[in-house]
Amino acid sequence: MTRFLAALLVLALSPAMAAERMTIGYVDRADDPRHENRIGFGGILLEQRGRAIDGAKLALEDLAAVGRSLDIEIDLAEARAENADAVAGEVEKLRRERGARFILIDAPAKALIASARTRDAMLFNVAADADALRGADCQAQIMHAIPSLAMRTDALTQFVVARKWRDILVLEGPEARDADAARALERSAKRFGARIVAKRPFVLGSDPRERDQNNLALLTGRPAYDVVFIADESREVARFLPYQTLSPRPVIGSAGLTAETWHWAWDRDGGANLSRRFRRLAQRPMLGEDWAAWLGVKSIVEAVLRVRTADFAKVAAHLKSADFRVDGSKGQALTFRPWDNQLRQPVQLTTSDAVIAQAPFAQFLHQTENLDTLGTDRPESTCRMGGTQP
Amino acid sequence: MNRFVRIMLAAASLTVGGGEATAKDTGRIFVSNEKSNTVTVLDGKTYAPVATIRTGKRPRDLKLNPERTRLYVACGDDNRIDVIDVEKLAVVDRIGGIDEPEVFDIGPDGRQLFVSNEDEGRLSIVDLATRKVVKSIKVGQEPEGVLVSLDGATVYVASEAASLVHVIDVASGTIKADIPVGSRPRRFAQASDGKEVWVSAEVEGIVYVIDAASNKVTKRIEFQPRGFRRDDIRPVGLKLTRDGATAYITLGAANRVAVVDGKTKEVRDYILVGSRPWDVTLSRDETRLFVANGTSDDITVIDVKAGKVIRSAPVGRSPHSVAIDD
Repeated sequence: MTRFLAALLVLALSPAMAAERMTIGYVDRADDPRHENRIGFGGILLEQRGRAIDGAKLALEDLAAVGRSLDIEIDLAEARAENADAVAGEVEKLRRERGARFILIDAPAKALIASARTRDAMLFNVAADADALRGADCQAQIMHAIPSLAMRTDALTQFVVARKWRDILVLEGPEARDADAARALERSAKRFGARIVAKRPFVLGSDPRERDQNNLALLTGRPAYDVVFIADESREVARFLPYQTLSPRPVIGSAGLTAETWHWAWDRDGGANLSRRFRRLAQRPMLGEDWAAWLGVKSIVEAVLRVRTADFAKVAAHLKSADFRVDGSKGQALTFRPWDNQLRQPVQLTTSDAVIAQAPFAQFLHQTENLDTLGTDRPESTCRMGGTQP
Repeated sequence: MNRFVRIMLAAASLTVGGGEATAKDTGRIFVSNEKSNTVTVLDGKTYAPVATIRTGKRPRDLKLNPERTRLYVACGDDNRIDVIDVEKLAVVDRIGGIDEPEVFDIGPDGRQLFVSNEDEGRLSIVDLATRKVVKSIKVGQEPEGVLVSLDGATVYVASEAASLVHVIDVASGTIKADIPVGSRPRRFAQASDGKEVWVSAEVEGIVYVIDAASNKVTKRIEFQPRGFRRDDIRPVGLKLTRDGATAYITLGAANRVAVVDGKTKEVRDYILVGSRPWDVTLSRDETRLFVANGTSDDITVIDVKAGKVIRSAPVGRSPHSVAIDD
């Protein structure tokens, strides 16, 4: 009898659940190699990885109290595109069929640009670090939660210049992304007064005819340098470089000291709790893209809390306003740059099990906002907001 | 020589401490050290170390019972509350099964602890007689500050992740209001009239004043010490004098304590202390202020009337909170 009454009560209550409803969309692609664990030769597990949607799910759990207190039901609608080319179509479908106006996207730059055709939506980039996406290719309705490549090389360069390790040897791998990283470092070096003493291409292999490009000692010989920067997306050369350089010099870039969005060893500002909650939910450590997806959802819900409604126009306007601030467990409040929609944020410089420092550093001051010493500052920005304003 | 004298003094106070084991109001200062897993006991006059008490892992908030015979210490990484005998200066009991306790308050009758469980996102009410969790209430993620109202009927909990202050009815164990405040709300303070609840929003850099009758924010207090940007201002610890006339608020990365007029809410002064000050405590006579400096491993003692630092005393690694037996 009591049970029956309880069932009746549930029935009576459920239609009147929430006054407002908000669906946040999430799109990634099924063929993304980053969603698979990083496995070395012999099947050795080098790094546990997974889909960044785990970060978005965690943020919804973390902020459940906000929806409850405002009587707004917030949920997540996910879609997996077959490949990068199909991402934009899935974004459009989530917008049309599920009513999602805020949509997180884990996909490369070209898929994001194509997705920007979707009208009346605000998109959050959680994985693409291409600088052009914040520059010539920028879109008014794309917010970037993940740091750009330039922000990460700026962080590393600030760190070495602050220690007067100004002479950098650059090793560049064969991938397009390796060339991008080397180019970003060259820009950072010019900006902060470091010197690139040589730039050498490398290949993975042991062919003696190519030894100038595959032998670590030969690659790291003269001229003298203070530090070696290696750009190696595969990390198959980079992970063997520390302690094998000809001169006893530290390695940065794809091995040694790496610039990350988030590292699980960050134990300040609530970082240990965040990483622990993530591990409990996803059964793996939290990575940069997971943090960016978490931060994307957190930003949206934070804006909902401030405007006290799920109304798209009001929430989107608040996210773009000067009043918007969000806590990302990196110490200070985070905001979006108005000139290119990039989230200002500290970058973590990490080893395998420690965060050595968070950039920016006190040696590099900025006239208004120290976080703008990382990445593209307003006067240098080539972004002229294309696309449609949300 | 100086060092030798200090050691002798420390040794002397230890002996004296042993001799007056039954004396109350020792004036001793207890400081929890998050990273050394100890509570440092300092002499209340000389600030010399009297004892170092080993506790569970990551001791954080600590508070004396109303009789000042027991000191409760929240040991976050060991999921328990250690109970220190204030005379014996030793852990005499442990209350286990409390998920990652961070900050807590003691009910007005001294019978219950109200503990925020940082990892689980809950508030636990612990009955001290049975040593059991009698109620556990789901709150927003990363709860930290806890404040029990003077009548014991209401408890306030700050959720750092959700930017909310929950107002909880103790009898029913339900949330009766959620008050949105700034990013990362941390700790509370209240004067003895109970009319206002002050809460620090660390990442937003603002202290909110809430009217306890209406649960509405009535004032936002901003800080502008000279030479600092907004992002360096991260208020965490705060304490009001009993008459509510003055508030002392630590500003974290700005390495200062703000002195605020309790009535007008105007900032009167900024006092330079150690590195990353968080917890702040007043002596019972409200003449001295104690500040725990998390990243310089010391506490700062301030003469309240003069508004000047009188001593900086080394303690353990990463001091979290201060309690005084006076």
